[in-house]
Order: sequence, then structure tokens, then C-alpha cells
Amino acid sequence: MSHPMKNYFRELTAKLFVQLKSQEILLVNYEAEESDFCRFNQNKIRQAGHVIQQTLRIELIYNNRECSAHFNLCGHLPNDMQQCKTALTQLRNQITHIPENPFIHFLTEPKDSCYEGENRLPELEEIIPSQMNYAQSLDLVGIWASGSITRGFANSIGQFNWHTDYNFNFDWSIHHQQDKAIKQNYAGSYWNLSEFQKKIDSARETLPLLSVKPKTIQPGKYRVFLTATALHEILELLSWGGFGLKSHRTSQTPLLKMVKDNTALNEKVSIYEEHRKGLTPHFTQQGFLTPESVSLIENGYYKNCLNNNRSAKEYGETVNCSIEHPQSLWMKPGSLAQEDILQTLDTGLYISNLWYCNYSDRNNCRITGMTRFACFWVENGVAVAPVNVMRFDESIYQMLGGNLIDLTKENEQILDPSSYEKRSEASATLPGALIDNFTFTL
Amino acid sequence: MNFESIVSNFKQLVPSSVDYWSLRLTIDSVESLDVRESVLQTPNFNQSCGAHITLINEGGIAYSATSQLDNIGLKNAINAALQWTVINKQRNLINTSLYPRLNRSGSYQTKIEQAWSSISTADKISLLQAINKSLKINDTIVDYQATLSYRSTESLLVSSDEFSIEQNFHYVIPGFYAVANKGTQTQMRSGGGWGSAKQGGLEQLAAFNFPESAQQTAEEALMLVEAAECPTGEHSLLLMPNQMMLQIHESIGHPLELDRILGDERNYAGTSFVNEPMFGNYQYGSPLLNVSSNAQIPEEMATYAFDDEGTVSEKTLLIRNGVLEKALGGASSQTRSPLSGVANARACDWNRPAMDRMANLNVEPGDKTFQELIANIEYGVLMDTNKSWSIDDSRNKFQFGCEFGRIIKNGELKEVVRNPNYRGVSSTFWRNLSAVGDETTFEVWGTPYCGKGEPNQMIHVGHASPACVFNNVSVFGGA
Repeated sequence: MSHPMKNYFRELTAKLFVQLKSQEILLVNYEAEESDFCRFNQNKIRQAGHVIQQTLRIELIYNNRECSAHFNLCGHLPNDMQQCKTALTQLRNQITHIPENPFIHFLTEPKDSCYEGENRLPELEEIIPSQMNYAQSLDLVGIWASGSITRGFANSIGQFNWHTDYNFNFDWSIHHQQDKAIKQNYAGSYWNLSEFQKKIDSARETLPLLSVKPKTIQPGKYRVFLTATALHEILELLSWGGFGLKSHRTSQTPLLKMVKDNTALNEKVSIYEEHRKGLTPHFTQQGFLTPESVSLIENGYYKNCLNNNRSAKEYGETVNCSIEHPQSLWMKPGSLAQEDILQTLDTGLYISNLWYCNYSDRNNCRITGMTRFACFWVENGVAVAPVNVMRFDESIYQMLGGNLIDLTKENEQILDPSSYEKRSEASATLPGALIDNFTFTL
Repeated sequence: MNFESIVSNFKQLVPSSVDYWSLRLTIDSVESLDVRESVLQTPNFNQSCGAHITLINEGGIAYSATSQLDNIGLKNAINAALQWTVINKQRNLINTSLYPRLNRSGSYQTKIEQAWSSISTADKISLLQAINKSLKINDTIVDYQATLSYRSTESLLVSSDEFSIEQNFHYVIPGFYAVANKGTQTQMRSGGGWGSAKQGGLEQLAAFNFPESAQQTAEEALMLVEAAECPTGEHSLLLMPNQMMLQIHESIGHPLELDRILGDERNYAGTSFVNEPMFGNYQYGSPLLNVSSNAQIPEEMATYAFDDEGTVSEKTLLIRNGVLEKALGGASSQTRSPLSGVANARACDWNRPAMDRMANLNVEPGDKTFQELIANIEYGVLMDTNKSWSIDDSRNKFQFGCEFGRIIKNGELKEVVRNPNYRGVSSTFWRNLSAVGDETTFEVWGTPYCGKGEPNQMIHVGHASPACVFNNVSVFGGA
């Protein structure tokens, strides 16, 4: 069944475009979500609620000038139309006072698209109690988020794009004491209780190891295994400015040495922005359709940048993303089998999660961050004790360069649970990484 | 949005059988202008408006938020909240009978001397263009930008007990940066309040040296790209107020948040090395350390009369002469703890619920002039303006980096150094506080970007501090 707001958006924009004067162009973006959030602490409900938000962004282009307004919709056509007219008047008043923008860039040959996912979300009255019952006696902390996410684009030259999806993201940790905990996540569009139960069972099996006296390691270099989730923290930091065209052309990318000195990572490292394997809409806020894939790093060498509409115009490239920050990162797997991880690690740290990464030296892509949750000391291929949190400080050119031993054979898909302003649709599909001489400092 | 008619409609729609309700209406407006490399970026006018409802019914408590403010939207929101109260009434962490209710009415208005509208858009753009010219001092400057934004927030909080709190806030958000590059060495220097903001009108720009410090900012970027790396070792560290901001925020503010101590944030923002028995006796810092939650500095970002649960805001010392006294916990968190707290239950917008957030968290001034702070350092590093931050989830082991460093030798400021970093442990770092600057070194800063909570919330916080000296800190540079 078609999303009820799809026709509403079509009708609203049609009425809005009639208001335009000669040579005015209008780009309109619609964003909406209907979300249920349930926050847990001690396997009890800390805060629960429901959020409906709808916003419209209209961008007026006239005489090589451009300005935009962003406001909430109420869903009542006459009222929303009045808001649109008011905003349009405000933009018209403004646009005469601003200089020309040489980098205005939008798709001028309309390409329509439509994706409407199926709503297979579970009933909250059933799912929340069943989760809590299965996690009984555990100190479960976290957030359930679920509902619809909608994006629409229309412009006054005839383009219409639509994207609706329904998903859930349950992100939680099960705590033994203080900061010793097992972090887990279950996300998707179809809820399978037994999948959730398997994860809780696995946590119950791991908890006894967390009760072993924790080991404090001394600063130094160690052999480590980073799970896909831990590696994701590092690549998330790298994604801030690492792959964007603007950051490359202004020499601000932390991968500057790859670009200017042709410094290479390990040949096992290949990273792509796989637009079609992700969950985000396939159209940008200016109507461009994203390509299937963008090769960012291949066999250790830097390849392409992510170019948004503005950078593409400024630097003469083709638009290949909505924002210059990967939303559907995919990394080529290696040859390390899941069952061989601990044996191959032999003695060192099994790092389930990293946390709060940032740069120590951006020009050398040196990154610091903390271990978090269930990280274990492994001796002769056996996890023997949890480790107290440690700070690492290591360059990407070492950890994913000469010190990278192998990547796991299987990739893991990580669906971003973040919800600043709105629920994220970003994802990453990554392997785990076995690394030698990983530096801990504090 | 007409607050009065929405409140009136809501009162008609909410079932009279509900034990308690509150309604928070918010209009948040932002106008932003950016000029990068002398080209005006697309100007934006953003407005967010909506309603946040809290309902307590038969032992259950829940919220609902909507941007649909007609009767249909409000009714749907009420029904959604009621549905959640049914689900959680047997599974609730909160004792709803203790939930804080509004118990007074009141209002607040930001003081403004020069209104945003007193300068035309064209003149603001001209100002930003002029700043761009001052930033582009030679071809080594490869990127530069100036920004000037304005934000206003109108908020009305009403409850079933017939109390009403109306607050109107105005903020100015200025700044600029210059990026210098030579080969594989790139350095950014920011100024004019970049990354911060103040409550008030355009009169607040002067305190950020906006636009006067633009050329100096670009010159410092050039200095940094040529400078030596910050030395490595255990040295004295002089932190300027806009790095003290980050130090206070991460290693005092977050650990003292009561919801973290109570475990709410363990899955996301983290826990705290601070626990309930430490209050009243724990030596958090040296006797020179006095830290306040302070709502009395008008231009500081999180100055307000009431928090989003209706608690009256005031100035409270949290750490006195180095000893920990109070937590940053709002009224609802205080119902779960024997600790007392402050008025800091805050929501970032209408679409999120209130929770414990630091508001204005300040270090009180000491008695040393800036020259005296320098004069007493045999060898150390001055660090200014944060550019990197990382701390463990208990808020203990930290590492922070700054844009700009200068060596201090034999009581005098010497050469500039780049990539100045330092690391330490919160619980010992503050005990090494050896000198605190006086009022003449005291500056008001803050950040609009404090992230926390599930669902996530980004909110503004204020931090004012004098310059401070710490002994025996592990400092280091890049490469």
C-alpha cells in the first residue's frame, strides 16, 4: 500500500509550484518519521514515547541566486500551503539581497524514482514485554527504536522521487558490573524473536567470563583482534573528512599522505561506498541519483572521492553522493575464518568495541580512542579475563598498513542506531581485523 | 503557531481521568549566513515547531511529540502516549507518584542590546566577505570561511496543575577559520567564536573578537604550518579558557551527571567514575578548584530561569575547595537517588524528552593575573582552542588536543608549537591544578554540540573559566 503522505507531498508541491514566477526554480525536500522509542535501564523502562515529525525544505533558485527555508508540516493541506507561501515570500524578499552563487547545482533532466518498503514491524504491546521477559534477571540497558522513515524530493521542472522504509533498531548492553558489559544490537525490518533470544543466550554464556578478575595491561604494543563493530568506530572517524572531495581539494583530509605522497595501506584494504547495498534513499537533495557504488580505496591505494552537488560543481567532478560522508560503507573481507580468530590471535587483546575515537595527529592519520565493553585478554588462543579500559594511539598507516595481518572471511552488517534529530539510515558492512603491534598509551 | 489556542485545544482533548500531564510547546528558529572562500553559501532559514506531551496514567508514564498541532495531531499524540503508559506501568523504572510536577509559574527573556535585525542581511554578508579577505592573506591559506547565525527559541511549559512557564532565548553564533597547507602539513586555526555561541544579540560579537581577530587567525595558521611539533614529556600545562571549556565539560560535567551515575547512559554516552558515596568527601581537585552550576551569567549559553521540568535555576557550587558536593541531576533523577542536584533536566527540542544535561558549568576565578600564571612556570606549554577530544566511558582516561601551542620557558612565552596534545586521568588531573587565573583571565564560552541520550540529543551548554595551570601533565605532539 502506498504511503499516505506520498500523494499529499505530490499535491502540496503541485500547488506550490503554481505559485512560482517566471524563471524561478524550486527544489523541495520532504522528511518524515514516525518513531517509537523505549529506553531501558536495569531491564526496566526508563523513558518511552512516540514521535511524529514532518519537515519540508524549500530551496528557491532565481537569477543565479539561491536560498532555502526549512520548517515543520502539520499534515493539513490548507495550513501547510499557507506555511509554504509564507516561506516562499520570505525567500523572495531575501534573494534580492544576496550575491550570485557560482556553484548552484541541481539535476536539470528529471529522473523519477520510488521505493516503498513493506511495513512488517511487530506490535509494541507484544514485543516489549517479550524482550523484557526473556532478559529477566539481566541488567539490560539500551534503546528500542522503530517506525517509518520517509524522504521525498520534487522540483518545479517535473522531477519526483520517493523513499519510504520501516525498520527497527534495538541497541543494548548487558552489564555485569561498572563498565564490564556485553554490547549487542539487533536491527532490521522483520523481527524474529528467536534471533533476539539467541543473542541474549549468548550474552548469558559470556557473562561468567566478565566476572573473572579484570586484567590491567601496561602501555605498549600488543597483537589485537578488532571486531567489525570496533573497526567501524575507526572507519566512522575516518569518514569525517576522509573521503569528501572538498576535504581532499583543500588538503584537510586525514588521508592526505595517501593523496599527496601516494602512501598505501595494506593491499588487503579495499573500501567502497555501496549506495545500493545500503538503506539510504538513492536520490540527493538536489535530485541527483546516486551511482551503485563508489570505489574509495582499492588494494590499499586511494581511488575516488565522494562528491556532493556543490563540490562537484566547484571542482568539476560528477555528483556521486548526497553528503560527503559514507552512508553505506562496505569493506572487502579477508581470509580469516570466524572459528580461527582466537587461535590466530594467540596472545593479545580481543577488542569487541572501541569508543570515542579522535585524531592525535590528523596529517599522519594517527587516531586515539578507548576500548569499551567486553574486551578480553587472550592467552594461547583462549579468552582468560576481561581487560580494564585502555587508550590506544595508532596511525591508520600502521593498523591498516604493514601491521594488518588479516581480515575476517565474513562481513558483518552494522545498522547505525543513532538518532540525532532523526533516526539514521546509515549502515556499514565490514570484516573484523587482526592487527600486530597495536599501540596502547594509557 | 499560536501557543494559547494549542494549549486550549489540548486541555479539551486530554482525558480528565489522566493523573497528570504536561505540555511543552517550542518554536526554534535559526537564520544562518556563511561565506566560504568569498562565495556565499546557500542562506538557510530553519524553523522547528512542535509539541511534547508527558502523561502519567495509572502508574505508567510516557511522552509523545508531534509537529502536527491541529486537534487531530494532538489527539493522536495523546493516544500514542496513553498506549505507552499501558505498556510500561508494570515495567517502570520511575515511581510515577514521585515524578516532579510543575509547582510555580514564571518567565524568562534573554537580554538583548543590539537586535539581529538591526543590521541588514546585505550588510551581514558584506561583513563576512570582509572577514574572508582578511583570512586569505596568501596562497598557503587553502580554505577559509566566516559564519554568522542567529537562533531564537520560544518555549511554553504548562501542566494539569495550571502552572505555566514561558521562556524566550536568543543566541548569536559567529566564527571563522583559516586552513594553511604546505605539502602534507595542514593546520587549521579558528577564531571569532567558531564552534561556540553566546546568549544575547549582536553586542556579543565583540567578546569573541569578531571580526577583529580574522587576520591574526590566518597568521597563526601560517605559523602553525611552519612550527615545530609540541615537545613530549611531563611538563606544566597552561590551558586557556576555550580549552578549559572542553576540560570542564568532559572530565567534570559528564561524570557528575546523575543519570550517568544511575546507569541510564551505560549503553551510549557511558557511566561515571563518580558514585553516590563520594559526594561530600571526595577530593576531586586541588583546593584551588571551585566549580559552579551557574545560571547568573546572562550571556552564557545555558542561562535560564527554569529547566524543562520547571525547577528554578540558580547558582550552586558543585565542587568547593576541591571537594565534591553536588551532582548534576534534575528533579526526576533526584527521585531515584539520595543526592541533591540542580535545575538541569533539559530537552534539545520538542521532539525529545528532558534528561540530565549540564547547563552552565563554570570554574570560579582565582587570584593570579595572566602574567603571574606565566611567570611561575619554569618549562611548560600553553594550549589554546580544542581540536581533538577523547575520553573513556567512565570519564576518566582522557586525551585532548588543541589548535595552538606555545612553549613557556623561565616564566616567558616562547615559540609556537603545533599539534599540542595532552593526556591524563580525570581523578588525578584536577588535583594537579596549581594556579587559577583571576577575573581578568575569565572568559565565557560554550558549545552547541553536546551529544547524549537515547534517542540522541544534541544540546548547547555554557562553560566559563579563567586560564589555569596544571603540573606534571603528559604533553606531546604529532608524528
